[in-house]
Amino acid sequence: MTNSTITTDQFDPGLLETLVALLDTMIPENSLYGAPSAGDEAIVEDVIKSMTGNSKVAIIELLKELNSNSEIAFHEMSVGKRRTRFEQFETTNGRQLRVLSSLLLQCYYRADKVLESLGMDARPPYPLGNTVEEGDWTLLEPVKSRGKIYRDV
Amino acid sequence: MNNAEERADVVIIGAGASGAAAAWSLAETRMRIVCLEQGDWMNPLAYPSTTREWESRGFGEFGISPNRRGRITDYPINDTNSPIAIANFNGVGGGTILYAAHFPRFHPSDFRVKSCDGVADDWPIDYETLAPYYDENDRMMGVSGLAGDPAYPPKPAIMKPVPLGRAGTALGKGFNKLGWHWWPSDTTVATEVYDGRDGCINLGHCSSGCAQGAKASTDITYWPHAIRAGVELRTRARVSEIKVDENDMATGVVYFDEEGVERFQPAEVVMVACNGVGTPRLLLNSVSSRFPEGLANRSGLVGKNLMFHPYASIQGIFDEQLDGSHGPGVCIWSQEFYETDLSRGHVRGFTYEINRGRGPVSTAMTGTFSGRIPWGESHHEAYRRMSERMTGMVAICEDLPEESNTVTIDDELVDSNGIPCPKIDYTLSENSKNMLDFSIARATEVLREAGAHDIISEAPIAGGGWHLMGTARMGTDPDLSVVNEWGRSHDVRNLFVVDGSLFVTSAGVNPTRTIGALALYVADSMKKRLATLFD
Repeated sequence: MTNSTITTDQFDPGLLETLVALLDTMIPENSLYGAPSAGDEAIVEDVIKSMTGNSKVAIIELLKELNSNSEIAFHEMSVGKRRTRFEQFETTNGRQLRVLSSLLLQCYYRADKVLESLGMDARPPYPLGNTVEEGDWTLLEPVKSRGKIYRDV
Repeated sequence: MNNAEERADVVIIGAGASGAAAAWSLAETRMRIVCLEQGDWMNPLAYPSTTREWESRGFGEFGISPNRRGRITDYPINDTNSPIAIANFNGVGGGTILYAAHFPRFHPSDFRVKSCDGVADDWPIDYETLAPYYDENDRMMGVSGLAGDPAYPPKPAIMKPVPLGRAGTALGKGFNKLGWHWWPSDTTVATEVYDGRDGCINLGHCSSGCAQGAKASTDITYWPHAIRAGVELRTRARVSEIKVDENDMATGVVYFDEEGVERFQPAEVVMVACNGVGTPRLLLNSVSSRFPEGLANRSGLVGKNLMFHPYASIQGIFDEQLDGSHGPGVCIWSQEFYETDLSRGHVRGFTYEINRGRGPVSTAMTGTFSGRIPWGESHHEAYRRMSERMTGMVAICEDLPEESNTVTIDDELVDSNGIPCPKIDYTLSENSKNMLDFSIARATEVLREAGAHDIISEAPIAGGGWHLMGTARMGTDPDLSVVNEWGRSHDVRNLFVVDGSLFVTSAGVNPTRTIGALALYVADSMKKRLATLFD
């Protein structure tokens, strides 16, 4: 997903391509489960939209760091080389990566395509609510038969 | 002072669990009662569960930390010198807006800790004194549960319990294999239509506010009744100071209105209902020539003996599909290890509060940040091994009072009105550490017996300072307590405290049910003594 059509005036086009490639590396598409890549356009849009001032600064610095110390930018690497570069980067920049990770997980696991791939309804809990089984209340019988356990004073 | 309001008979500061109950109880006197609340009324349709971003919003604008939430209606708290950060909410309903609705009572032994176990202190009241107020509070809040819990003296169940679900069934089997106590939790989640509230539809996100109105928060329980009975509730009114005269009597309170204008509310009686951090903050900020160390603080105990409940979280991953985020988070409890057994390595005990499950985002975060869900190709498979397959519990450990655990006033931190803010100094005791370790070990046994193949634990829960107690304790001796046995300040005879800061000990249960009952008890004590209230 390196040829994204996403545009934003807050992201340098090169960094945007790096972000998309990074997200795609972190959570790639899985055809077996019908799960989209985190580089999916709608998910990337949500990630960018959800960045606050501080997290945006941290993520831009992270992307610049990812592109440094190599001859070509991260998004220009082959998929295999991106994986290798990311594994190295995760080892040395895990703390900085956490801001983006948290944001990505929030956006990815509320995306329509992802929830559908998990067999979940893509909707807010309210107003339809959910169903919960009543459960087996006869399980309480041994607790009842044991009798009082509180302490007299 | 300019901007003085019409005199009130009673001014209540704070519209949460205790302020609401006290206001409603006192309303029948036909006195002029004014409640000042720094926050807003809540709009249930704005709660996170009405939106697709429901989990994310629970981390941010509906998060439990006032420092992280940072609403204009919050005040910052310096809790950097505590392993447990403060959790609260400021608004009509207070902490009940975000609480989980887990609603246990104290036990008879909780009021007699010194007598039973030789530690801490006994309360000046006992379970029997509070029992009718528990019953009244239960009716007002609407409690769901199952009568006959062998861990308690008999108590009424108003509505049927919340469903066991798959999680409760799995864990019930686990407890049964070990022969340990468990029981459906008492909760304030209405399982049927109750007092104008709709029944629960299993939204699964009680702790970010209930859009359905099934969870009892005091904005939808006590307050409509109190307001109909004539109580005035003024929001965006942040109290900075309680004033006293030369006779050591409170004359009223200074507050900032929504526009930041300083006003004075004169009153015959001042009642503080700001809970275990807000109440000492206000008293310590109310310095005068008569009370240079803070109002009602001649004992030196205002802000001391801060108690949390140190929490352990123990979660299991199962092969079978459980409830996920569906259903109220509360489910069942166990009090197998509630009473003292010194062979366990600690005195006093704890409650296990079973948490039903997690939503998709929360599952992903737990799995990823605990190293169970990797990035890359194997992410999806690892996620699916955890999705809707987690359940477990928290251990709510009794915290013993220690004078070194304190709420004081921070030297620099102020809120948006320039009012000095609280500073927390708290150290986890060896007894608490031992209890947390023990609770994790026993919970791991239960989860394994229930079928969990992997266990994730954390103690103490760093952000888990939900329960704030002990900082204006009640007692009969003015040298050893801040208020008397019915909530009146020893030093200021028209000043009352009704919230969790009254607690002498913390018990090993969530405190909100006892806070509500205590507020009703204090209010009733006042009503019985109206002619001699200040004697």
